Amino acid sequence: MQLILEKRGDRSEFFALASPFLALFLTLIVGGLIFASRGISPLEGLYVYFVEPLTQIWSLEQLVVKATPLILIGVGLAVCYMANVWNIGAEGQLTIGAIVGSMAPVLFPTWQDPSVLVVMLIMGTVGGALYGLIPGLLKTRFNANEILTSLMLVYVAQFILDWLVRGPWRDPKGFNFPVTQTFEGWQLLPTFGGTIHLGALFAVLACVALAFLMAKTLKGFEIKVTGNAPRAGRFAGFSRDRMVLFCFLLSGGLAGLAGICEVASVVGKLQPQISPGYGFAAIIVAFLGRLNPVGVLFAGLLLALSYIGGEAAQVSLGISDKIAKVVQGILLFFILSCDTLILYRIKIQFKGVGTLKAVG
Amino acid sequence: MDQFLAVALTIITAATPLLIAAIGELVVERSGVLNLGVEGMMVMGAIAGFAIALTTGSTMLGIGAAILAGMGMSLLFGFLTLTLVANQVASGLALTLLGLGLSGLIGESFVGQPGLKLPTLYGIDGLVPVSLFLTAAVAYVLFKTKTGLVIRAVGNSHNSAHALGYRVIALRYLCVMFGGGCAGLAGAYLSLAYTPQWIENMTAGRGWIALALVVFASWRPWRTLVGAYLFGAVSILGFVVQAMGLGIPSQFLSALPYLVTIVALVIISGNKRLTRANTPACLAQSFVPDR
Repeated sequence: MQLILEKRGDRSEFFALASPFLALFLTLIVGGLIFASRGISPLEGLYVYFVEPLTQIWSLEQLVVKATPLILIGVGLAVCYMANVWNIGAEGQLTIGAIVGSMAPVLFPTWQDPSVLVVMLIMGTVGGALYGLIPGLLKTRFNANEILTSLMLVYVAQFILDWLVRGPWRDPKGFNFPVTQTFEGWQLLPTFGGTIHLGALFAVLACVALAFLMAKTLKGFEIKVTGNAPRAGRFAGFSRDRMVLFCFLLSGGLAGLAGICEVASVVGKLQPQISPGYGFAAIIVAFLGRLNPVGVLFAGLLLALSYIGGEAAQVSLGISDKIAKVVQGILLFFILSCDTLILYRIKIQFKGVGTLKAVG
Repeated sequence: MDQFLAVALTIITAATPLLIAAIGELVVERSGVLNLGVEGMMVMGAIAGFAIALTTGSTMLGIGAAILAGMGMSLLFGFLTLTLVANQVASGLALTLLGLGLSGLIGESFVGQPGLKLPTLYGIDGLVPVSLFLTAAVAYVLFKTKTGLVIRAVGNSHNSAHALGYRVIALRYLCVMFGGGCAGLAGAYLSLAYTPQWIENMTAGRGWIALALVVFASWRPWRTLVGAYLFGAVSILGFVVQAMGLGIPSQFLSALPYLVTIVALVIISGNKRLTRANTPACLAQSFVPDR
């Protein structure tokens, strides 16, 4: 038996829309199998993981709160990957954004008016953008692989954060815990009543703005051409180098904004661990959203559900919340597999029997 | 003299997992495939080796399990990128994310358990000679045999190799599996020799450093060996400086290997003569045969 790919004449619009859902469906099946292997009824497991969190106001709020950084980062990465620029160091840009943005409240703890929040947000965004610019510049100047350099910088950023909260920025009244002082008042993002904070609005705005950029502007066209047909892009006079720098500034800035929004809301201070891997999960968000800003909005909510479902599974089913990372990994696998159906028909050939049409 | 020997031994210990993983990835990339999932395969090798060694009491079985785990992961990657022609960069990332998640879940019950340690020869872990043998074998096969010539041909022009009748996809599957086995073995070295215990994410970016090493070595086996020992020396340098008590924060010394990786990449990648001549021309390009 052999799988054979046959190129379609045109890309399949049907599968372009259906492949994320197909991937989700396959992930649910494998998720059910994982539950079964742990002695839990698959249906009960899937219900607790994927449905129950959607039935309570409290967990719906959590869903939006967790989706906020995922969408902010994911939408920037979507544009990057569309242009064939591989920033996988968003976790590091998030960390540096959080650090730089936190300079205001940590160094001037008594600064208490709306301006401190504005300064924090701007500095966080700029910090993330500049940290993202490093692999961008190394790529354009020295041709250094941006995948590897941006990832290495994640570790470096985490060590910087670790040093700051254990060293110079440690709260003197913090009983020697590795934390800065807790942010309060105007050092925190305003919320919409409950736990949903202003960052959610930024996330939606970022998606709308980038959807407009991609669909209606020359820059959006340039991004798509550079990514899909680099040679055509060169003939059109689009500079590959400028595109790399633009993508890193944009995605780094959004990751930095996500970082400062996290510490100015959910976390409320700097500590060694400020993100449960949002920068990496956002890679999945970008692909699940089909690299489309509006798609990212929904994909971010789904990935947030995978985090919350993991916590729910730990509480009600007694299995580790580490299952969340497994579900996320499997999901990305299936997304990438199902995307093949957009450009190809898959045929299954049995030896000696001839060709049998299978899918599409 | 004894002190010098001790430092040399620690450098070798730190370099060996990098070398094993990088040699495997070198073969994969020479065949034209970029598998960014080394970190994920390595960490799966680490947990599989640790778990099997602990439950069976045999480090040999542990090593075997680690190699199989790495190969299994690489087959997933192969199916995605070779059969379904998915984007290799994205698929490699998927492999890493999946490996880190899965190993964390499997390893949860093994956290804090004392592990088994590989037997040593004159203070050197048994896998050190294996890593040297692997380097020599890969150098010989790639550059002195017909098999190696075909692998490099497939990596440089899959269309020509296909036209000449070579089975591009099958050969790439084999190379990808070799790379997976090496990554798994490198992981087992971490959990059975370097620090015989299981810690979540214990590979700590070594899979990525191995990927950088392949670029640093400009896809040459013996240069990979030199590079791995240089990196080993740098990571040990941190401990040495710390022991001297210069008051440099430990976090900066821990960040050193990652910074050095970046610097090394910059130096090598800027050198067009080294990179252009050796980079496999079809690296990370999907191949769909015309029928």
